[in-house]
Amino acid sequence: MISLRNVCKSFGRMQVVNDVSLEIAAGEFFSLLGASGSGKTTLLRMIAGFEAVTSGQILIDGQPMQDTPPHLRPINMVFQNYAIFPHLTVRDNIAYGLRRLGTPKAEQARMVDAMLELIALPGYGDRRAHQLSGGQMQRVALARALILKPKLLLLDEPLGALDKQLREQMQIELRSLQRQLGITFVLVTHDQEEALTLSDRVAVMANGQVIQVDTPSGLYDRPKTRQVAAFVGTMNFFDATVRTDGSARIADVAGLGVMTLNGSGQGRTDGERVLVALRPEGLGLSRTKPEGPAYAVAGQLQARQYLGGRQLLHVQVAGRAAPVTVAAGAARGEDPWSGDEGSPVWLTWAPDAVTILDPT
Amino acid sequence: MTAMALTQRPASVLSRLLHRHEACRGWLLLAPALCLMLVAILFPLGSTLVMSTWSLDGYSVDRTPTLGNYSAMLGQPMFGALIGRSLVVATIATVVTVALCYPMAYFVAFHVHRHKALWLILLTLPFWTSYLLRVFAWKVVLGYEGVLNTALIGLGIVQEPLAALLYSQTAVTLVLAHSWAAFAILPIYVSLEKIDRSYIEAAADLGDGLTRRFWRITFPLSLPGVVAAFFMMFVPTVGDYITPAMVGGPDGMMVGNLIQAMFGPMNNWPAGAALSVVMMLTIGLAGLAFLAVGRLVGR
Repeated sequence: MISLRNVCKSFGRMQVVNDVSLEIAAGEFFSLLGASGSGKTTLLRMIAGFEAVTSGQILIDGQPMQDTPPHLRPINMVFQNYAIFPHLTVRDNIAYGLRRLGTPKAEQARMVDAMLELIALPGYGDRRAHQLSGGQMQRVALARALILKPKLLLLDEPLGALDKQLREQMQIELRSLQRQLGITFVLVTHDQEEALTLSDRVAVMANGQVIQVDTPSGLYDRPKTRQVAAFVGTMNFFDATVRTDGSARIADVAGLGVMTLNGSGQGRTDGERVLVALRPEGLGLSRTKPEGPAYAVAGQLQARQYLGGRQLLHVQVAGRAAPVTVAAGAARGEDPWSGDEGSPVWLTWAPDAVTILDPT
Repeated sequence: MTAMALTQRPASVLSRLLHRHEACRGWLLLAPALCLMLVAILFPLGSTLVMSTWSLDGYSVDRTPTLGNYSAMLGQPMFGALIGRSLVVATIATVVTVALCYPMAYFVAFHVHRHKALWLILLTLPFWTSYLLRVFAWKVVLGYEGVLNTALIGLGIVQEPLAALLYSQTAVTLVLAHSWAAFAILPIYVSLEKIDRSYIEAAADLGDGLTRRFWRITFPLSLPGVVAAFFMMFVPTVGDYITPAMVGGPDGMMVGNLIQAMFGPMNNWPAGAALSVVMMLTIGLAGLAFLAVGRLVGR
């Protein structure tokens, strides 16, 4: 559906997007995830046509688009600040693109009514932008773009300006709208939770490059680099050195001791420095030394973050400066680690919870 | 204890009052301007109004209030024609200036990215010399043996010097347009500069090319600036008397010249005051009409 081939963008001597190649399928909800300055917005603006590519190709349905001006591309966009025209009513905003197409007036009115229905704002047609809340403006911007039935809808941080509850509600609405309409969505966001919630696939960007493209669960469970692992969710990193002990490939891990490497560590050579990564939910906590095959190491419970349904516990272990973050569920009416700060605990983890990464 | 005593210095009555009532603070800020307005605007306006009801009795002034000056004006079609011509000339000059200044303001607002302040200063260049000098310069350019005619003859475009260049309504319009350009550029520039670029991008995104974007988004959003520019230029040019006196000739005479003559050579201050009042009312009405039209278009 849309292909980016070796797309580069420089502003003067600054390279903002560096050799990005992506394939986005029709009907897919695709996200570009990255910190500010990662080049994700520039990439989106190149797809929309607001920025020219320095080199490379942008193809939509096999047609090269990189030299087509924005008003001739079969693409519509929801802007970060929504860009609802202040001198027009909601109705005229939504009908903006239809006017030029010469759609008959009655047909236009019917389509606008249908859109107002779809975005759940019937009766708001005669309002102006300054009479709308952030969430309502967001919906109007969406309707104004969708009424033209684009092949591709671009969304530039569309939920960034909304408060948390509204944002979560809009995430669900956006996702079901996309399923319902079957239009390809490309979303730019710096919010990893939003990217994971909404997307079929996510491209993680840093320094103008795509560093990993994967499904949300793929990114979370199988990050390929330290950057991705750190950006998506919370991750504990431990410095480690690989060596061979008999037939087994093992690692000396700072803070965790010796562990046998599973599949992901098999390709490593002796003496190689690697990074052992463990999610907070991959770790367990107990007051006594656990029995059984799982690994365990002694530590001290340093701090506790109670978050309602779950809590994060920060455990200090010998050989590692920063405390290790452990996630623990909390059943209703129970608060198992209340008042335990400072007491000795045991950290446990299963071998297959471990991800081995390159140190940089 | 000493430090406590220092911080708890009692507030004066005035500062308490100002702290309590925001309106008081506003009035205090306005006070200098209000005083100036009272002395420099309302008082002269009042005296003009009063004087317009006096009448001339030989060489002395009769101060019994009468509407004689106004009824005399109604009887003389010359006054109406002169006011009409002033409105027409000022309107043409204003429209021409606004139309010429809009592209310049647009250029600076959208296509100049560095040294914007320098560009704006350069745009006010006509204001760097005195108004009178500028008008004289135009006389040199437009005169019978002036720069323009000499150039046209030199290039062989005309055989005889064009007499109609100077001392005509066209000359008045031209000089007014040049002299007041900065008044038109600045408000238009400010309104264009304020337009969020994402509106224009959104219009492009929704399928509008360059021209459509301009007429559907940029121009409507810059209308407040255009209206302001129109006022800023129209109001002073209707009453201008230097330009028509210097380059207007008999055909270019405007109402300002007659008022000047009445206060000067004709020495009929009451009639001049009455004419001034009528002109102020006319400008006020024209302004209101223009605003009303602007409102209708803006809807």
